[in-house]
Amino acid sequence: MTESRWQLQRDGFGRLVLTDADGVRHEGVVPVRSFPIAAPHEGIAVVSADGHELVWLERLADLPAQPRQLIEQELAGREFVPEIRRLAAVSSFATPSTWTVETDRGETRFVLRGEEDIRRLGPRMLMIADTHGIQYLVRDIKALDRVSRRLLDRFL
Amino acid sequence: MTQDSPPSNIVRSPVPESWRTALGIRLLPEENVLACLEVDLDERLRFAPGLVALTEARLLAAGAAGEAWSEWPLGAGLSLLHHDHAGVGTVELRNTESRLGAWRYTLAQNLAALRLITQFEAQQHLLRTGVPPDPDGDNLCPTCKAPLPPDEDECPVCTRELHTPPSTWTLFRLWRFARPYEGQLLTGFLLMLGATAATLVSPYLYLPLMDEVLIPFQNGQHIAPTTVAWYLGGLLAAALVSWSLGWAKTYILALVSERISADMRTSTYEHLLHLSLEYFGGKRTGDLISRIGSESDRISVFLSLHALDFITDVLMIVMTAVILVSINPWLALVTLLPLPFIAWMIHLVRDRLRTGFEKIDRVWGEVTNVLSDTIPGIRVVKAFAQEQREVDRFREANRHNLQLNDRLNKTWSLFSPTVSFLTEVGLLVVWAFGIWQVSQHRVTVGTLTAFLAYIGRFYGRLDSMSRIVSVTQRAAAGAKRIFDILDHVSTVPEPLNPVQLPAVRGAIELRDVAFRYGNRSVIRGLSLTIHPGEMIGLVGHSGSGKSTLVNLICRFYDVSEGAIRVDGIDIRSLTVADYRRHIGLVLQEPFLFFGSIADNIAYGRPGASRAEIVAAARAAHAHEFILRLPQGYDSLVGERGQGLSGGERQRISIARALLIDPRMLILDEATSSVDTETEKEIQRALDNLVAGRTTIAIAHRLSTLRKADRLVVMDRGRIVEVGHHDELMERQGAYWRLYQAQLRTAESHLDD
Repeated sequence: MTESRWQLQRDGFGRLVLTDADGVRHEGVVPVRSFPIAAPHEGIAVVSADGHELVWLERLADLPAQPRQLIEQELAGREFVPEIRRLAAVSSFATPSTWTVETDRGETRFVLRGEEDIRRLGPRMLMIADTHGIQYLVRDIKALDRVSRRLLDRFL
Repeated sequence: MTQDSPPSNIVRSPVPESWRTALGIRLLPEENVLACLEVDLDERLRFAPGLVALTEARLLAAGAAGEAWSEWPLGAGLSLLHHDHAGVGTVELRNTESRLGAWRYTLAQNLAALRLITQFEAQQHLLRTGVPPDPDGDNLCPTCKAPLPPDEDECPVCTRELHTPPSTWTLFRLWRFARPYEGQLLTGFLLMLGATAATLVSPYLYLPLMDEVLIPFQNGQHIAPTTVAWYLGGLLAAALVSWSLGWAKTYILALVSERISADMRTSTYEHLLHLSLEYFGGKRTGDLISRIGSESDRISVFLSLHALDFITDVLMIVMTAVILVSINPWLALVTLLPLPFIAWMIHLVRDRLRTGFEKIDRVWGEVTNVLSDTIPGIRVVKAFAQEQREVDRFREANRHNLQLNDRLNKTWSLFSPTVSFLTEVGLLVVWAFGIWQVSQHRVTVGTLTAFLAYIGRFYGRLDSMSRIVSVTQRAAAGAKRIFDILDHVSTVPEPLNPVQLPAVRGAIELRDVAFRYGNRSVIRGLSLTIHPGEMIGLVGHSGSGKSTLVNLICRFYDVSEGAIRVDGIDIRSLTVADYRRHIGLVLQEPFLFFGSIADNIAYGRPGASRAEIVAAARAAHAHEFILRLPQGYDSLVGERGQGLSGGERQRISIARALLIDPRMLILDEATSSVDTETEKEIQRALDNLVAGRTTIAIAHRLSTLRKADRLVVMDRGRIVEVGHHDELMERQGAYWRLYQAQLRTAESHLDD
C-alpha cells in the first residue's frame, strides 16, 4: 500500500477514521507497534476495529506530519509501559512486595507478586509486571543509580 | 476505604480523603455523591491524580489538584463507556454526537469504575422514567456479580488478593511441621544437654591433674597412682557418657528432621496441586521441581546436621562460660573478650551471604529451566539444528551461575580464615594474660591449662558456628522458596461456607462473564444459558476464547467479572473437588499416566469394579483393541501412552470420562489430532458419552458438530452468533464464512 493513498482523521468521538485507497471508511482504527520495545519506530500497523491490518508503515518518520501526529497521539494514549528510572523503596525483599518507583510517567507504587514477574529481555533490560498486569520497563539496569541497582539486585 | 463518619452530604460511596474538601465545596445543598472514581492517569498516561464523581444530577470531573473542574448535567443521550487495554482502563462520556470526556486509570481502580458506570446507568434510568431501576436480584458485586454480604460494599471474592510479604523469620515457620514431633524433640534436646555437659567434664579434670599431680611431681614429689587412676577413670567415664548420649541424640533428632522434611515435601506438593492452572501457567516446571525436591532436602540436612550442631555449640559456649567464670572471673573475662567481636563480624557478613545464596538458588533454577525447556522440545531443537544454540544458552546460564558463585566466594573465602585468625589472636591474648597472672601467683598452672583446653574447644565452636551463618541463610532461602508455594493462595479459592451440590441437572448459566489473563482481556461480556442435556458446539478461530471459556466452566480459572452458575448456584460457592466430580473432560491430547490401562480408565474413580471398567471401555469402543494387547487391561502404558495410537489413547480417555458418569461433559478438540477414519470411531464412542449429558464441544472441524443442539460462534472473546447449523447457514454470517472457508480447504486438499 502506498502511503499517500489513504487518509486519517479523528472524529468527534475521538476515534481515528481511516479512508483507504478504495475510499472505504474504517472507523475506530488503531495504530499498533510491531516491536514496541526492540524497535518502537519501525513497523507500525494500522489495524481496523475488528483486528485486520489496513496499512503497514515501515517507518513512522516517513509519514507526512498530519497523519504522523495523529498516530503518535493515539499511540501515546494507548501505550502504557512506564519506564522505571529510580526505585525509591521496596516494602520487603520477600514477595509480594510493594515498590515505590519513579518512572518516565511520574511516581507510582505497585505490587510485585513474585520474582518470576521480573523477566529479562536482554542482558541489561528488564520487564516487570505488577499484580494488575501493567508492564514496567527497566531499559538499562546499569543506567539506574546505585541505590536502585542494589534494591533491584535483591530480586534478580 | 471505609470511613467512620462520612460528611452529611456524602452518603454511600465514600469520597477519597484527599478529594473531600475540593469536591465538598462544589456540591449544592442536598446533592449527594453516588459514586466516585479516583483516576490515577492523565490523558498522556502519566501518573496523576484525578477524580470523576457522580451525583444525582451531574457528573463532575477534575484533573490534578487545582485544575478546573468540568461538569455535565445528566440527561438524555449521555452514555458512559468503559474499555481496557494493556492494563489501562478508560471511561468515556459520550453524547450522541461526540465524546465529551475520557478518563484513564490503572486496573487497580477497575472496581470503582464499574461501580461508577452501574450507578450512572441507574441514575440515568431514574431520570428518564422516574422509577429506580429494578435492583438486580440481590445486592451484587459490580465486578463479579457475586452476591455481596449484607451491609458490605467490598466483595469478598474480589478483594481476596494477598499483598502482604511473608515474614523474614521464615525458618521459624518450620515449627508448623515440627509440632507433631514435640516429644521426640524434647527428648533429643535433653540428651543433647547431657552429652554437651559430659564433654565439658574432661577439661575440668585437667585442673587437678596439673595442680595436684604433675606440678608437685616436677617439684620432686611422688605421683600417687590411685589419684591418677581416679582422674583418668573420670576422663574415660565422661567420654563414654558423652559418646552414648551423643549417639542417642543424633539418632533421634536426625530421625525427626527427616520426618519433618518429608512432611514438608508432601504438604508442599499437596498445596501445589490444589493451586489453579494460572499458577502453573506462570511457573517453570524445572523451578517447581527443584523447590519441592532439592530445597526440602537442603532444609532436612540443615535441621539434622547444622542446626543441631549449632544448638550444641550454643549450649557448649554457655556452659563453658559459666564454668570459666566460676573458676576465675578475670581470666574468663579476657577469654570471652573476642566473642562479641566475632559475633559482630558474623552479623556483618550475614546479609551479603544471604542475598548471594538466594541469587545462586535462582540461577540454579535458571540452569534447570534450560534443561526442562530443551529436553521435552528436543524434536524441535534437532529439526531446526539448534543444538549449539541450546548448548550456548546452557553455558550462558552456567556462566551466570559461576559469576555469582565467584562473587559470593570472594566474601566467603575471606570469612573463614578471618575467624580462624581471630581465634588464634584470642588464644594469644589468653596465653599472655595467663602467663602474667601465673607470674603474679594469682592463678595456678592447672587453671591456665584448663582454660586453654576449654577455649580451644570454645573457639573451635565459634569457627564452626560461623559456618552456620551460610547454611542457615541457605536453608532460610530454601524455606522461603517453599513457603512461597505454601503461602500462595489459590486464585480458585475454596469457599468458606461451601454450598452442597445436590443431584446435578446440568444447567449452566454464564452471566456477563469476562476473563483477563494478565492484562489481556480474553473474554468480554459473555452471557449464555445452557439447558440440561443440551449439546453446545463452540466454534470460532483459534484464539477466539473457546478453550478459555471451557477452562472457566471447569473452574480451572475463576472469572474476572461476571458469574457462572450451575443449576442456579454460583460455582465459586461450591468446593472445587465436589464441583469437578460432575464434569467429564476429554482433551485433544489425552494424557495417560504411568500404569495399567485399567488404572488409567479408573483414574477418576479409583474404586470402580472391573465390570464397570470393562463396561466403560465397551461404551467407548475401546474394549476390543484393549483385548488385542498382550496383557489386555493390565497392559502398562507410559506417560504419553507409548505403543498406543492417538485414536486408541483418545478412546481410553473417553472411557475415563464415561466411568465417572458426569452430568456435564466437555470435549476440547477431542477428535482433532486423528485422521478421518479414526475420527469416525471416536465419534461413535463420543455419541455414547454425550447421550443425556450437558455437553460443550469445541471442534475445529465443523462437520463433527452437526449433532449439536446449538452452535455458539465466538470471535475475540465474544459470542457473535448462536443457533442451529441450518439457521446459521441461512443467516450467512460468521458461521457461514467459517464453514465456507473449511469447505474450500477441504476441496483444495482433494485437488492436491
